[in-house]
Amino acid sequence: MTGDDGYSALEETALRTRYRSSFARDSRMGYYIAAAATALLAYGLWHLGFSITKFLHGIANLGNFVVLMFPPSWGDTASLFRFVKALGETVAIALLGTMLAAAIALPLSFLAANNTTVSQILRFFARRSFDTLRGVDTLVWALIWVNVVGLGPFAGVLAIAISDIGSFGKLFSEAIEASDKKPVEGVVASGGSRLHAIRFGILPQVAPVLISQFLYYFESNTRSATIIGIVGAGGIGLQLSEQIRTLEWQTVCFIIIMILMTVSVIDLISTRLRTAIAGDARTTI
Amino acid sequence: MRGPRSFSGIMTTATADSRKSIEALSSAYAAIVARKRKQFLRSGAVLAVVILVAGWMAEVDLALFFSNVHKFPNYIGRIFILDSGDLKGSLVVFDIPGWFWGVGKWLKLLADTLLIAYVATLIGAIFGFFACFFAAGNLGVSTPIRFAVRRYLEFCRTVPELVFALIFVLAFGLGPIAGVLAIIVHTTGALGKLFYEVLENIDQKPVEGLISSGASWTKTMRFAVLPQVLANFISYALLRFEINVRGASVMGFVGAGGIGQDLIEAIRKFYYPDVSAILLLIIATVAVIDLVTERIRHRFIAQGH
Repeated sequence: MTGDDGYSALEETALRTRYRSSFARDSRMGYYIAAAATALLAYGLWHLGFSITKFLHGIANLGNFVVLMFPPSWGDTASLFRFVKALGETVAIALLGTMLAAAIALPLSFLAANNTTVSQILRFFARRSFDTLRGVDTLVWALIWVNVVGLGPFAGVLAIAISDIGSFGKLFSEAIEASDKKPVEGVVASGGSRLHAIRFGILPQVAPVLISQFLYYFESNTRSATIIGIVGAGGIGLQLSEQIRTLEWQTVCFIIIMILMTVSVIDLISTRLRTAIAGDARTTI
Repeated sequence: MRGPRSFSGIMTTATADSRKSIEALSSAYAAIVARKRKQFLRSGAVLAVVILVAGWMAEVDLALFFSNVHKFPNYIGRIFILDSGDLKGSLVVFDIPGWFWGVGKWLKLLADTLLIAYVATLIGAIFGFFACFFAAGNLGVSTPIRFAVRRYLEFCRTVPELVFALIFVLAFGLGPIAGVLAIIVHTTGALGKLFYEVLENIDQKPVEGLISSGASWTKTMRFAVLPQVLANFISYALLRFEINVRGASVMGFVGAGGIGQDLIEAIRKFYYPDVSAILLLIIATVAVIDLVTERIRHRFIAQGH
């Protein structure tokens, strides 16, 4: 008699005895973890107030909204102009924020890298400050900068810059630490100073990595810059949240399509640039 | 036939030759350097124009910046100074109970935040898991299905979480469920993509082995594909959990639950010491979560290889 595996019972017993280790359950650990995970999931759903009726009601609402979204429309010409301007603002925020962050993070990352730092104490402080800057969300930075320079896209630029100083500082210093020692030794052996060693021994090695990280963050910041307007820091997010709050679903749909198109164009350009400048840049990230 | 040249004759021709070749080399080098410099200047000019245009669009105002920049350190300083009670005006560290007066409430909200992140990561990972098998290019799924699943995942991860949250708050009401759903959608998109990229890099030999011994598609997936990718999948899901804890901590900004609602209230209503207290709690929680998940991830990666 054959089972659905195509083996007879006898064959299966033989296989089981021969490959005992493959058939044996190495431990019950997996089951316990799965049970605990499911229990926590159930508790979480209950604790957060999940209920089937509310959920179905919400789905019905959502379906309604989606139906109301079509056909997408931009309202009148004035609002179309406003949206395009806001989208331009979004891209500008992302670009300037990323550039500012990279410009500030580059010198600091040499302080934070083990092989180029001037003192271990400075290195420690540089690394901890990067961690702190990264630990606070971009939206919180945006709220703080709005207090400083007022509502508008400039606050967004500064918010993206300050939170990315943390990310770039970490990534850049890791790239510097991973660089090859030999060119540095060569420069030093032929009489170069520390700065020469950095300029001619390290920078040429890490530049492609840094540029590709810069472009990658530019892509991801375009996405962040689309929501930063929700807290008043400029860009398309302000328009989008306004349209959602006033239930203008057709306009909401139009803005979302605009965002999707912009993000994919930026992704395309940045991927092209990345492969052109850095070759296959995924190697050292 | 010419007679043998004298030794000195050979030397002079050699030096003349080498001088000529050095001259050629150095002029070629100078040309390359000049070309590079020109290219550098040209791209610098383009960059400068781009920066100016972007600066104009983003309403960059350097005068305003320099006249107001002192407010930034002031703000950072001010959130560490008590604004009420007996010790009003002194540093927060002198009155820890007064600084963390709301710690019970905040810890509860933080627990909510973690639960939102956990539930959303788990459900999102499950959706991403089922989607990725239909999005990978090497598992014999038909092109139209693959195209549709990939575009769907792209949509899920490109629309920002907070936008989904804004819409879901209207559909499902204020509260953490809207936040959970928003993070689920985004996690599905992000993990789905990472998962199918892992799938596309698997070793095909076990797959061929199972297919040639007559196994069904599901069995091939279970016994040839899954063992190769599971460790990576779990590692990515844990990484996503870290990201989602951060994401869940700002969901409250749009009314979608978690610690964010108290944070934005503290910032908007200028409860300065509360801002620092809540931020410190969030940063500490995120750091602990990062540490723990990193440990677990390294264990899984070690097992996977």
